[in-house]
Amino acid sequence: MKNLLFAGLAILLSCLMATAQEVRQEVRQGPAIQAVLQEHQALIAKSSRKTIAPAIDAIANSGLEQAQTVLQVWAEKKMWMRKSDLQFFIGAPTENGLIELTDFDGGAVLGALPKAEVKQLKPNSGVRALIATALVRFQLSDPDPARRQDALTSLQRDPDATLLAPLRASIPAEPDAGLKAQKQRLERLMTIGYDSDTQARIAAISDMSGGLGVDLRATLNPLVATTRNVVAGTFPAARPETANVAAVLTPGQDGFSQAQAYELLVAKGLAPPRITQADIRAALTANIKDEQVAGFAVTELDNDATRQQAYSVLANSGAVSPFVTDDQVAAALQSHVFFDSFADPSPKVTTAAVAALRNIDAKVSLNQAVDLTLDALSLASIYFLAAIGLAITFGVMGVINMAHGEFIMMGAYTGYVVQQIIPDHTLSIIVAIPAAFAVTFAAGVAMERLVIRWLYARPLETLLATFGISIALQQLAKNIFGTQARPLTSPGWLDGAWALNDVVSISYIRIAIFCLALIFLGIFLYIMKRTRLGLETRAVTQNPNMAASMGINPGWVNMLTFGLGSGIAGVAGVAIGLFAKVTSELGSDYIVQSFMTVVVGGVGNIWGTLAGAAMVGFLQKGIEWLNPSNTLAAQTYMIVFIIIFIQFRPRGIIALKGRAAGD
Amino acid sequence: MQHSFISKNPSVLVFLAILALFTLSVTLLSEGLGLGLISTSFVKTLGKTLCLCLIAVAMDLVWGFTGILSLGHFAFFGLGGYMIGMWLMYERTRLIVVQSLSQSEIPPTQSEVVDAIGNQIFGVVGSSEFPLVWIFADSLVLQLALVLLVPGILALVFGWLAFRSRVTGVYLSILTQAMTLALALYLFQNDSGLRGNNGLSGLQNLPGVSASQDAVSLWFLWASALALGLGYLLSAWIVSGKFGSAIRGIRDNEARVRFLGYSVVSYKLAIFTLTACIAAIAGALYYPQAGIINPAEMAPIASIYLAVLVAIGGRGRLYGAVIGAALVSLLSTWFTGGQAPDISLGFYTIKWVDWWLVLLGLSFVAVTLFAPKGIGGLVDYWTNRQTPDRHGADLGPDDGALREQEALK
Amino acid sequence: MNFLKSTLAGSMVFASLATAALSAEDTIKVGVLHSLSGTMAISETTLKDTMLMLIEQQNAKGGLLGKQLEAVVVDPASDWPLFAEKARELLSVHEVDVIFGNWTSVSRKSVLPVIEELNGLLFYPVQYEGEESSKNVFYTGAAPNQQAIPATDYFLEELGVEKFALLGTDYVYPRTTNNILESYLKSNGIADADIFVNYTPFGHSDWSKIVADVVALGADGKKVGVISTINGDANIGFYKELAAAGISADDIPVVAFSVGEEELSGLDTANLEGHLAAWNYFQSADTEINASFVDTWKTTMGAERVTNDPMEAHFIGFNMWLNAATEAGSVEVDAVRTAMYGQEYPNLTGGTAVMLPNHHLAKPVLIGEIQADGQFDIISQTTEVPGDAWTDFLPESAVLVSDWKDLGCGMYNTETKTCVQTLSNY
Repeated sequence: MKNLLFAGLAILLSCLMATAQEVRQEVRQGPAIQAVLQEHQALIAKSSRKTIAPAIDAIANSGLEQAQTVLQVWAEKKMWMRKSDLQFFIGAPTENGLIELTDFDGGAVLGALPKAEVKQLKPNSGVRALIATALVRFQLSDPDPARRQDALTSLQRDPDATLLAPLRASIPAEPDAGLKAQKQRLERLMTIGYDSDTQARIAAISDMSGGLGVDLRATLNPLVATTRNVVAGTFPAARPETANVAAVLTPGQDGFSQAQAYELLVAKGLAPPRITQADIRAALTANIKDEQVAGFAVTELDNDATRQQAYSVLANSGAVSPFVTDDQVAAALQSHVFFDSFADPSPKVTTAAVAALRNIDAKVSLNQAVDLTLDALSLASIYFLAAIGLAITFGVMGVINMAHGEFIMMGAYTGYVVQQIIPDHTLSIIVAIPAAFAVTFAAGVAMERLVIRWLYARPLETLLATFGISIALQQLAKNIFGTQARPLTSPGWLDGAWALNDVVSISYIRIAIFCLALIFLGIFLYIMKRTRLGLETRAVTQNPNMAASMGINPGWVNMLTFGLGSGIAGVAGVAIGLFAKVTSELGSDYIVQSFMTVVVGGVGNIWGTLAGAAMVGFLQKGIEWLNPSNTLAAQTYMIVFIIIFIQFRPRGIIALKGRAAGD
Repeated sequence: MQHSFISKNPSVLVFLAILALFTLSVTLLSEGLGLGLISTSFVKTLGKTLCLCLIAVAMDLVWGFTGILSLGHFAFFGLGGYMIGMWLMYERTRLIVVQSLSQSEIPPTQSEVVDAIGNQIFGVVGSSEFPLVWIFADSLVLQLALVLLVPGILALVFGWLAFRSRVTGVYLSILTQAMTLALALYLFQNDSGLRGNNGLSGLQNLPGVSASQDAVSLWFLWASALALGLGYLLSAWIVSGKFGSAIRGIRDNEARVRFLGYSVVSYKLAIFTLTACIAAIAGALYYPQAGIINPAEMAPIASIYLAVLVAIGGRGRLYGAVIGAALVSLLSTWFTGGQAPDISLGFYTIKWVDWWLVLLGLSFVAVTLFAPKGIGGLVDYWTNRQTPDRHGADLGPDDGALREQEALK
Repeated sequence: MNFLKSTLAGSMVFASLATAALSAEDTIKVGVLHSLSGTMAISETTLKDTMLMLIEQQNAKGGLLGKQLEAVVVDPASDWPLFAEKARELLSVHEVDVIFGNWTSVSRKSVLPVIEELNGLLFYPVQYEGEESSKNVFYTGAAPNQQAIPATDYFLEELGVEKFALLGTDYVYPRTTNNILESYLKSNGIADADIFVNYTPFGHSDWSKIVADVVALGADGKKVGVISTINGDANIGFYKELAAAGISADDIPVVAFSVGEEELSGLDTANLEGHLAAWNYFQSADTEINASFVDTWKTTMGAERVTNDPMEAHFIGFNMWLNAATEAGSVEVDAVRTAMYGQEYPNLTGGTAVMLPNHHLAKPVLIGEIQADGQFDIISQTTEVPGDAWTDFLPESAVLVSDWKDLGCGMYNTETKTCVQTLSNY
């Protein structure tokens, strides 16, 4: 309250000062925009969406040619106020830290002032939106296409009934085909919302009903938004003439409970509220006399039954309002009629809108399903990418590598380091991918030679030893790069999203990851099925002794295979770093999921890993869709599902059969 | 019978004697009773270490003796803590609420008291209603029973599903890891009714007890020492009998034991559930000393650390587990506490806070590769026990089988 | 640069030697309880450095009450039980006179019983969910009414937002804050159906569906705004997805309560221009005192380091503690506590912070727009808002007040006129 008072005083004071200024400024020749600005000096300086409207209107309606410039300059945060006389100018920072002021009227450069003597006006985005709306009518036919686009964007954000006519007028002369189409679409939408002719609105609705854009729904939905009402009596006698009734409701049916109905009555002041436990307590407390309430000792009142009795006694004596009985509630509900009414008063329009929305909703649900599928595919490809290296080291070789996640992390950090050296984002990614492969390949080979080859017969010991390496690597990364997340920025051409329509869209970076996953699947298949290394790898994993006797060097093959799996993890790290974050804990986020992907899919088969990733991805998105407010629940139930799944298919979705199964 | 058990296992007596001596000397040196040489915070650390030793013994039973590398035993540990924590929170809050409501003008009804307790406990996570899981929280006896029942039943169901489908080796490890991850994620949710990420806190303040923490910390030290002693005795007794021979057989060659007509599933299930219960007791003693329990305690990494503790101490020997747990957890406290002196190399100063985990990780790899017996193996030099010469072969074909270097003649 | 570093290092060594020598005599010990390892080290290490810098500065000015200050730094390693253990160690072994520390709410709840049992003094510098008032803790960060409520008001009034998406990480601060906000929004006439709430795990990275859900909220023609209590690393994925989906701040503004200068340094902010954050401090605040603070920080820690809101909270808290101790003529906890009430100290953003009897500060609320250089452009600054321990927007807490000065109670029920409790119930 105090603040308000101060603010009011301040406004008053500055208004007074402004008038004083005006008097002095009378010397100027011709109508000056500065005068208009000074008239609203306090409002402009305060710049709040709630109060700014008169100032913007005054500028826009001043009829001065400078109005458009002022508004544009203002919205771009380039308007400055000179503190000495509170006048507004275009300001531009100079090289030596001063602010050079230019007059709106006449464009004279007034010289530069130090920052302390001027104040930059920073309209917030609410005010900027209002300015943009005011600018629309100047900009609709502006020669600069960018300005016309600005006007349309602003109109799309905040449609305004008064701008329908100027918009219509600007369509025929629009030279740019793209902008013309946008204008026509906008004209249709605004016709639905604001045209005074019902027929024209219905026609517009039927014109647009094929689409599913968010803007179309945003136009139609407010028309058919309903409010719940209640009147005494029965229909049709009690039906309010102005109301466009959507549905008449019966309490106790269609999800409209009797309690809700009665609450509505109470809220409208048509019935007395029911007495709650809290009411009883408050009433009893208020009526304590000599340690007694209505003849009951206060100490007795420690249960609800006694309290009710005491309250009844009080009510009978008239000290408090009586209980509302169930019969009274039922009678009240009987004597009133409850109904929903549409926001738009025209029944013809709302009927058309409801029909159009029903049509749209069906399409939207279908498209949402497609979008969810894309999300699930994308998630599956990320899991697949994280797990494909593991499919080699664990799936083919049977080595449990708990440090796999740390190899992913090493890849991501390699990407970061490369980006520090090569600032061009495209080039740095092209360099980072082989660099990450090389780094993690080397790390994998080193680990295989130093640790894993001594433990081939001992998978559980491998698990624990590699876990030791994992915590060491993680801590090492923290020591080198710090705990702060590091930026790994994707190249500009991967910014943005591929949007089929307003519902179905997916970011390019996810598409790129999907493609990368496919490429790796191809590489994996090629190496395993078509190269000598693949043949030897399969031979060594099935029977090392036999393979050795055929002239294959098992140690050499194991080392290369493990290096390959690790290298792929490194490349996956670059991809994951691009769409999420690069921290030392990046790997541990993926390790358990990766193992589960491989195990669920079926060890030793790349198609199994693919199936596992798909199942995990789709399942998680499916559960998220069922419970959109809690992502954590989706992860929990997915893991529980996997645990149960493994009980029934211990060998995974695609189980190896025969000798290859190793049993 | 008892006589022969002790004479067959002289290490048990030695262990119990050392434990008793340790407890006694800590008590005498503590602030609560004696000389005040050991601070209360260190008494708590020692008490917690004893609990870790107890769960390490359980882990050794299940991994070192049965060959099941469970990476989920901290889930049971945490559940035990949660069960006792619920009573501690409820009762402490009830006392506060009753005290506060007794000042109001009208005596509260039963439901008003419960509502006020709920409001106090869950207000911090934006709710005020008691979830169903708190139904027994007002009774110490029932909650103590739940300390054993909840983890026990979870272990029973999970174990039955897993062992019945013959999930073994690394698959079982991953599955147990998934279980503890799922449980941690579940508890992280507020909807689970156990205060989400906040967990249960203020557990060190026992309701209705006015003694200072100096005394309370000692009580818990004694309780932890007693639990460890009994747990050790029980474990030693189990592994020394026929049951012990059977589970060792399962560890080294499960198929052969099955063909001999033993019900492998029952044996595994029994040991899995028993160790889950021991872990739960350890947890129920640990968290009132720590003061707070939250789901992060059950993250998979905690359980892997547990396996690491046992391996460093030496698996397949109960005292090995205890040595590993005590040594690593105390060293960890020392290094992360900033007490370890920095080492200056001239161009770089090694701060142990930063490098301790690297050291732990690498020393662990080293133990796995070069000293499979762990620290407990040092005892063999002293007792002159040697490993058998099996020409490099393990004791059995199973993943969990002892290695030649680990076995004893 | 290297020369500067080595000189600095040299003087640090000298200073530590000097303090070592002094500690034999009589120093005033200041405990610093911030995680230097583990997940929270990312945020908390900065605060430890801030405290060391402030203590060093004060010692150069002659210390406190004629004695030098000595920092006792311990590392609770982002492990919540360890916080309690380390706090006990600080109070009973090192016998510190005051502790500056903690970041997460759960770590604060972990140390509360210990601090209250041993009658310590803790300064807690981070914005938090409120609903707590301990006799032994001074909350120098923002309570919900000093950050969340003003930001929501800004959404309602300045941006005209009619539909809200409350996105948060699943832990206590977002849960309670969103709970308060939901109740506040409803009291402002926002319907239940117009509030979308979502919780994600720590470090969440798969944001595509959630962002799509938020976009879909716009389908009924109402202006949508996002209030984000997403914590730490997860923000990076979230903002990347927002940028990829091409959501401009003019269409769907996002205001964040946990994203400051430090967090933005892990991100390319070019696509995020115009999205908002609400704090009590931004590095870009244009005052002389802030310029000198930022300058000292950059010379001590390096030019690329940024300052943030919790650092200001420590700055104010530490200076208030110094003044209170000087006034009381002692560092004894109860004396200092009494002297704290009504302490005033200039904010770095202008104006004066006042310590209230409910152990919270009166501070201005700032709203900033993210700029391409990772800094914030301050577009709104209120006058000082007094921090409220118990929110007025939840029915159970609306009746509670905290007043340690006159009522001597942190949880006083104004309806029944009784003190619910004097010790916290964690």
